[in-house]
Amino acid sequence: MTTDTDPPKESFRLSMLIYDTRYRSTTIQVVALMAFMLAAAWLINNTMQNLAALGKPVEFGFFSEPSSYDINQHILEYDSRDSHLRASFIGLLNTLIVAVLGCATATIVGVLVGVLRLSKNWLVAKIMAVYVEMFRNVPVLLWIVLAMAILIESLPRPSAFRGDNPDATLKLFDSVAFTNRGFYIPEPLFSRSLGDIHLFGQSSLRMDVSLDLLAFVLVLGLSIFAARKVTARADAIQNATGERPTTWYINLGIIVLPTLGLLIAMGFHVGNPELTGFNFQGGIHMRNSLIALWLSLSLYTAAFVAEIVRAGILAVSHGQTEAAAALGLRPNRVMNLVVLPQALRVIVPPLISQYLNLTKNSSLAIAVGYMDITGTLGGITMNQTGRELECVLLLMLVYLTISLVISSIMNWYNNRVKLVER
Amino acid sequence: MKKSVFLGALTVAGLAASGAAAATLDDIKARGTLNCGVTTGLVGFAAPDANGVWEGFDVAVCRAVAAAVLGDATAVEFVPTTGKTRFTALASGEVDMLARNTTWTLTRDVDLKNEFVGINYYDGQGFMIPKSLGVTSAKELNGATVCIQTGTTTELNLADFFRANDMEYEPVPIETNAEAQQQYLAGACDVYTTDSSGLAATRATFETPSDHVILPEIVSKEPLGPLVRHGDQEWGDIVRWTLNALIAAEELGITSANIEELAKGTDRPEVNRILGSEGTMGEMLGLDSEWAKRAIMAGGNYGELFAKHIGEETPVGLARGLNAQWKDGGLMYAPPFR
Repeated sequence: MTTDTDPPKESFRLSMLIYDTRYRSTTIQVVALMAFMLAAAWLINNTMQNLAALGKPVEFGFFSEPSSYDINQHILEYDSRDSHLRASFIGLLNTLIVAVLGCATATIVGVLVGVLRLSKNWLVAKIMAVYVEMFRNVPVLLWIVLAMAILIESLPRPSAFRGDNPDATLKLFDSVAFTNRGFYIPEPLFSRSLGDIHLFGQSSLRMDVSLDLLAFVLVLGLSIFAARKVTARADAIQNATGERPTTWYINLGIIVLPTLGLLIAMGFHVGNPELTGFNFQGGIHMRNSLIALWLSLSLYTAAFVAEIVRAGILAVSHGQTEAAAALGLRPNRVMNLVVLPQALRVIVPPLISQYLNLTKNSSLAIAVGYMDITGTLGGITMNQTGRELECVLLLMLVYLTISLVISSIMNWYNNRVKLVER
Repeated sequence: MKKSVFLGALTVAGLAASGAAAATLDDIKARGTLNCGVTTGLVGFAAPDANGVWEGFDVAVCRAVAAAVLGDATAVEFVPTTGKTRFTALASGEVDMLARNTTWTLTRDVDLKNEFVGINYYDGQGFMIPKSLGVTSAKELNGATVCIQTGTTTELNLADFFRANDMEYEPVPIETNAEAQQQYLAGACDVYTTDSSGLAATRATFETPSDHVILPEIVSKEPLGPLVRHGDQEWGDIVRWTLNALIAAEELGITSANIEELAKGTDRPEVNRILGSEGTMGEMLGLDSEWAKRAIMAGGNYGELFAKHIGEETPVGLARGLNAQWKDGGLMYAPPFR
């Protein structure tokens, strides 16, 4: 038996958009969207008109003009005749350098401090608490300026290394110089170098990639891959027989020998810094601005990471720890095998925010004269060309892109470590 | 219908925006104070004294303009700007004029939409270095670490100078003069470079100024002067002729000591025209007839200001040099008041 329960079809009237609950919410949303778009269009149009009235229409032609300024830290070749675009690219690389170094250091320090803050040792736990509270309650700009001031005022100037009886000497077998202009460390050199490959021709993105480095990374990668195979085989044997064959010396050999062979074949040696003229020459110069920025950004962010790690660990039920202990695991293995893997699913999402914060905070670099993208594109280029709107918009776009990339990488990682629920 | 309302709103907004650009003078009169952009602190040119009152050679230009326009040399709101923020501050209307060791260049004048109204100090870029390093010429600076204020023409001159002489250097970019001083004294850089007047002013604040030398090379022309925004010629005229009045006053012998006397009328027509007892020059500028008299009385004529703030009797100790009157072999030359 079927009955027709459909209500009689009503014809659509315009007033139903407001009075009929089936349509009302859609109506409100459409109106709100239109109002929002009108407001945005008005803002953009107004800006354009005012800029045109000032005689400064939006255009990006200035990017191909020579920049005419020098940048002290450039890992790719650059001089003052290169374009503004190239200068911005160099700045972008400097931003990425400090962001990557900072995120790595902040993670290591943060995890250590977070774990140690839960230590049963009263002194250690309290020291870590003081560290966390000190760093996260003072603005990071002050830490950056303080770190720079300490570096400049406390370390010897390069001229102190001069003379027969100098006030300061190179440390670590005459290979490292700590000066108030930064640290000079030995650089790897190859007497039988494989040369470089040029990418991107003459464009602003052109770069030389060292084949020595590529070869090194390739060989090391292959060795690690082989070593993992050996470990997998040992696991299989253990699962089958209960006996685990000793593999550490095989793995060590597999990883070290080919790499060592490659380095010898390429004629690897180190170049030490030497004082000539006003400054040290040779070696790698880690500028005081980079060190100050890197240290303060990572220590500041590490304080937040430590709290996130602590929260993650506390979120793992105590029963898990007790169960693991009952199975006979030692405390550090309980932490590594049971607690941390479960804590990670709580830790990773807020950790993403901290990485983003660190990257964005790196725009404070100009306080110590570190030439990041804010210092080049948003600083000197903007100032010399007077294209404020264009430069700031591009700068925002760059930071947005960097942040989205970090987010997507970390989200991918989060998906890997999160609990698989059934 | 919606579209036409939208377009109408845009037109109104556009008109309102273009109307706001002009009439700086009216804004200042309505506000009662002149907003003047100065440096964040450079002794002799613009720096607060012990009582927090701004003083200096550039500050005096602001005070003269305020005296001419508002009749009160103290009705000035000083806005400290860095090399990076100054043009944005001016373009956005945050300040009415800049008097801040700013070099007149074509790009700044034309592309950045500023209007340079004159030159109050002819300068050039120099290098300062500790005596103990034993350097006597800028050509010996190969490999040196150089402190430099970022966002300035000196940054570009420096790149060109080292490039032209085929020398290497390590630039250390710095925001303000005070930071540069700290880094230079700590030895984080070997050399500090900026306009040589700025070097002299900075050196004057050191504990032992004689330990530092300013190298003989002047590597650039740096004509420094006050500037205003493009688009309001009437306001530009007022600032331009206030500066000219200060320079002409020195040439014509009008000083703060004898100005009251001369204002009563003399047998020299140009003095009379400047001081308002003859002609209608004040009205042409949209001011009253005593505008220039007040501007000169605010701190004295150009020569008096120079001697008081940066002259040889002061710690800064700059000689007149290029900044002497044209009659004395300098470049200071005010167009005639006619």
